[in-house]
Amino acid sequence: MASCKYSWPAANERHLIGKRISRIDGPAKSSGRAKYTLDINLPGMLFVRSLGSPYAHAKIASIDTSEAEKMPRVKGIQLMKRAGDEVQWAGDQVAAVAAETEEAAEDATRKIKVEYQELPFLVNEADLNHAKTAGRTRIATQEKVGDPDKAFADSDAVVHEGYYGIPVIVHCCLEPHGHVLQWTGPQNLRCYSSTQSVSTLPSVFAEAMNIPANNVEVISHYMGGGFGSKFSMDLWGSAGAQLAKQTGRPVKYLLQRAEEMEVAGCRPSGFARIRAAAQKDGTLTAWESDCWGTGGPSPSGVLPIPYVLTNIPNRVRNHTFVMTNIGPARAWRAPNHPQACLLTMSALDDLADKLKMDPLQFFMKNADLAPENLGKVYREELQKAAELAEWSKYWHPRGDKTPGHLKRGLGLSIHTWGGRGHVSNCQVTIEADGSVTCELGSQDLGTGTRTVIAIVAAETLGLPVDAVKVKIGDSRYPYDGSSGGSTTVGGVSPSTRRAAVDARDQLFAAVAPGLGVSAGQLEAVGGRIQVQGDASKSLTWKQACRKLGARKVQAVGKNPGECMLGSSGVGGAQIADVTVDTETGVVKINRMVAAQDCGLIIDMKTAESQVYGALIMGVGYSLFEEKVMDPLTGRMLNPNMEYYKFAGIGDVGELVVHMMTGPGYDERGVIGLGEPPVISPGAAISNAVANAIGVRVPSLPLTPERVLAALEQKGEMA
Amino acid sequence: MQPFEYASPTSRSEAVRLLSPRWGETEALAGGTDLLGLMKDYVCTPKRVVSLKRIADLRGIHLVPGKELRVGAMTTYRELTENESVRRHFPVLIQAIERIRSEQLRNMGSIGGGMLQRPRDWYFRLGYGLLPEKDGQAMIANGDNRYAAIFGNSGSASWVSPSTIAPALIALGARAALYGPRGLRVIDLDRLFTTPAQPGEREHTLRPNEILTEIIVPHREGIRSAVYEVRQKEASDYPLVLAAVTLELRGRSIRSARVILGQVAPVPWPSHEAESALVGKTLNEETAEAAGEAAVTHATPLSMNRYKVQLTRVAVKRAILEAA
Ligand SMILES: Cc1cc2nc3c(=O)[nH]c(=O)nc-3n(C[C@H](O)[C@H](O)[C@H](O)COP(=O)(O)OP(=O)(O)OC[C@H]3O[C@@H](n4cnc5c(N)ncnc54)[C@H](O)[C@@H]3O)c2cc1C
Repeated sequence: MASCKYSWPAANERHLIGKRISRIDGPAKSSGRAKYTLDINLPGMLFVRSLGSPYAHAKIASIDTSEAEKMPRVKGIQLMKRAGDEVQWAGDQVAAVAAETEEAAEDATRKIKVEYQELPFLVNEADLNHAKTAGRTRIATQEKVGDPDKAFADSDAVVHEGYYGIPVIVHCCLEPHGHVLQWTGPQNLRCYSSTQSVSTLPSVFAEAMNIPANNVEVISHYMGGGFGSKFSMDLWGSAGAQLAKQTGRPVKYLLQRAEEMEVAGCRPSGFARIRAAAQKDGTLTAWESDCWGTGGPSPSGVLPIPYVLTNIPNRVRNHTFVMTNIGPARAWRAPNHPQACLLTMSALDDLADKLKMDPLQFFMKNADLAPENLGKVYREELQKAAELAEWSKYWHPRGDKTPGHLKRGLGLSIHTWGGRGHVSNCQVTIEADGSVTCELGSQDLGTGTRTVIAIVAAETLGLPVDAVKVKIGDSRYPYDGSSGGSTTVGGVSPSTRRAAVDARDQLFAAVAPGLGVSAGQLEAVGGRIQVQGDASKSLTWKQACRKLGARKVQAVGKNPGECMLGSSGVGGAQIADVTVDTETGVVKINRMVAAQDCGLIIDMKTAESQVYGALIMGVGYSLFEEKVMDPLTGRMLNPNMEYYKFAGIGDVGELVVHMMTGPGYDERGVIGLGEPPVISPGAAISNAVANAIGVRVPSLPLTPERVLAALEQKGEMA
Repeated sequence: MQPFEYASPTSRSEAVRLLSPRWGETEALAGGTDLLGLMKDYVCTPKRVVSLKRIADLRGIHLVPGKELRVGAMTTYRELTENESVRRHFPVLIQAIERIRSEQLRNMGSIGGGMLQRPRDWYFRLGYGLLPEKDGQAMIANGDNRYAAIFGNSGSASWVSPSTIAPALIALGARAALYGPRGLRVIDLDRLFTTPAQPGEREHTLRPNEILTEIIVPHREGIRSAVYEVRQKEASDYPLVLAAVTLELRGRSIRSARVILGQVAPVPWPSHEAESALVGKTLNEETAEAAGEAAVTHATPLSMNRYKVQLTRVAVKRAILEAA
């Protein structure tokens, strides 16, 4: 690796990379100086509110906006549907109103008269037979390997059969979806967007508005989370741009919380009847799954099960898409993986129980069924997680025998993700006064992207982190990929490294003659440019830059690019430690342990922070979250943060995070991390509950109602 | 939010004059933690909002030891929990208030607003009214009723009374002072709550142009009390079920008992069955368990909330044991 022009510094040469460094925008964020899209207020700006359909499935007969137009302070109305269009979920937007105040806009939406013809809806996909009768299913092609029938029939096989489920949930990003839109000229549009995709949005807006793409500027300096739901302009982007044009005023169009929860994305559900078989020694031999789920009105992805241990020699998978009116599917942090993980790891944990095997041993034994030689990684991570969770002390066979109504249990799960870096272009500029700037059309979703870029540049130039100014979140900067699929850190780190190395080498070339050496003999460390091995021949950074005179140094680094600086494919193991009150069914998390790899870690602190966040989000969807749909009206009954329950800090227990580093990990280069740690909590917590109370609660979320029902079925309600 | 007139009177008589004798036209405003949300969601669309903030004699906490505690309706939860005599003599109230796990709510919410807060039922909050019906069918009974009532739920109003403080106050024998055009009337607090049966009726017996001025809680030494809430999560959320219990003991024998259930009926629900199961018995685990069992004998769960029967059993048992 060292022979290649670009490489990461060896462990003993890293001054910043891998250290615990606080995010550089922390003070701006915590003091409120950081301006999110929601905080943008422009002179003369109007506020937009939309009218959504009260029906889950209906055809629009007519829309009459005449009364709304006459309302005080109303400046413009845009239709988002036409007569004849169908709405496929409740809340689907029909029209948007721009007015001088939010209240006036909202009041006016209620004066728009829409006639609907109600159509039959389906919002309960857990009941597959019901969905079939309603003609709402489509069967995906069967995938089959080996001879599962024979393997299940083997007299030596221990077979487990079970049913599992995970419901539709929503993203509920802290900052709602939306834009502030301003026409800066007849053909020029500026969009302040809460987006995961600064560089790609201009062309989308341009096409919708029929203007040149280079006339559109998209700005997202700070962003309050997207989790996969904020890649596009969306209906509210085009309607907002139209309203701004129509009224000649900037408009602010951010979704209301209820609206966001109804229309801005659903994580598809997953339900499955699963059979799994192993030999008596625990070796997995066969898998069979009949799976179904919904991604809204059109088919979504087939869940990748069996998950992680994909190479079970005999396996067959059937999948049925259920088309519903619950809402539109959008990528949700690790699309399809949390569902696949819950279904697979619950079934395998149940099989381990049937085998009377410690699941830790069972998963260790079968880890090599994972692709890409991840088996070794899993064994190391399981070992580490077990150590941190005190598995040998607290694990017991199913059913805590301690007297009383409080039962404690441990459960584990493993997961995987790709995370290869996306396309990235970083421009590094070194000025003659010594200032350093990195410019990328990337965005920081709250993950620490800005900080990671500063660390890579500073490390390369031998400077402290605060000597580097990072400019991102603006489409005028060099093109960068969307932040999806955990691809950002693996994209921006290599491009920044390559740019910084090239810029540094240009600076070396400028100062080498003065030091009487060749550029190749120089190094940048500790704020100095010096001759390698002879620190007496050196210049301070400022002195060195002054040699540039009237010039400045500029270099663009690309990803993908020359030399391997990143790769793909991570594992991860998690253990949940829970206590269940068997009289009330209330589950409390004692501790969540995560052992996670992601190649070379740039900032240990923001990396750990991703895992903490994922564990919190994971506890939320395991215990509380569910898009509750009304069987009578097809509407979402809990589009608020009261009944759509989230984990608070008192609900998540102790969070223990261990990042895997060192030999075997660092040399893989930088790999993404945002998504993988949110995959396992559902399965780990479900397995821990089963371990505590001695019976599987088949579906998430693990509510008191469901826990009590499972206990009752087992005939063991206290 | 619809435009409305805002009035901020300085006396109770002026306030009452500003309130309409018909529901729907005006609303009294206390801390606003409930009312503003209802207005933003168009569930309440008053033409006039009458703020009670400037009426000085609606605030304050006065204890006459051995007699009673008087709490002005506009007193905030925080003021109550910071009051030394309330802390000393009514720990059960402190216990109940501190479980409202939201600093903001405890700062802004008033005890009066707490009693008079509107149902959290999702059909009500989505605008289907207090008697939600679709095609002549009760929506709660036929729809998603996981959080709905398991007692007193035969009508369309089968949501649950929301206050988690009211059951404890009722168990303590509290009364409510109401002031209207015809002057002051004082009623037992449990009589403030009712189940609406006709359109236009509300869940409180307060008249549209009355205000709640005071809560009066008798003070007697030697009463044991506790509230047990089954909460699924710690952060700002309502309990699934709760039981408030007061016990008067002679030795270990129970002389009298009050058991008031919360989140199980459209009103705070007195469990006479549990009370009879307690009186005359020795206070122990077995008695508590029997009272829990008695509490649910007449429960009528709906299609999705049978689990609340079990939660009620447990809440009653645990509240009794905690009071002991
Ligand atoms: C997330 C969340 C969690 C919550 N958790 C709990 C909980 O665990 N337990 C609990 O008990 N509550 C809980 N609450 C509700 C909270 O207690 C109430 O919102 C609060 O007590 C209302 O008081 P307020 O002074 O703000 O009333 P307002 O919102 O001002 O008024 C509420 C209603 O009472 C009427 N009103 C108020 N005062 C008077 C008066 N003196 N005379 C006549 N009418 C009056 C108003 O007209 C209005 O209809 C929760 C609320 C939220 C949002």
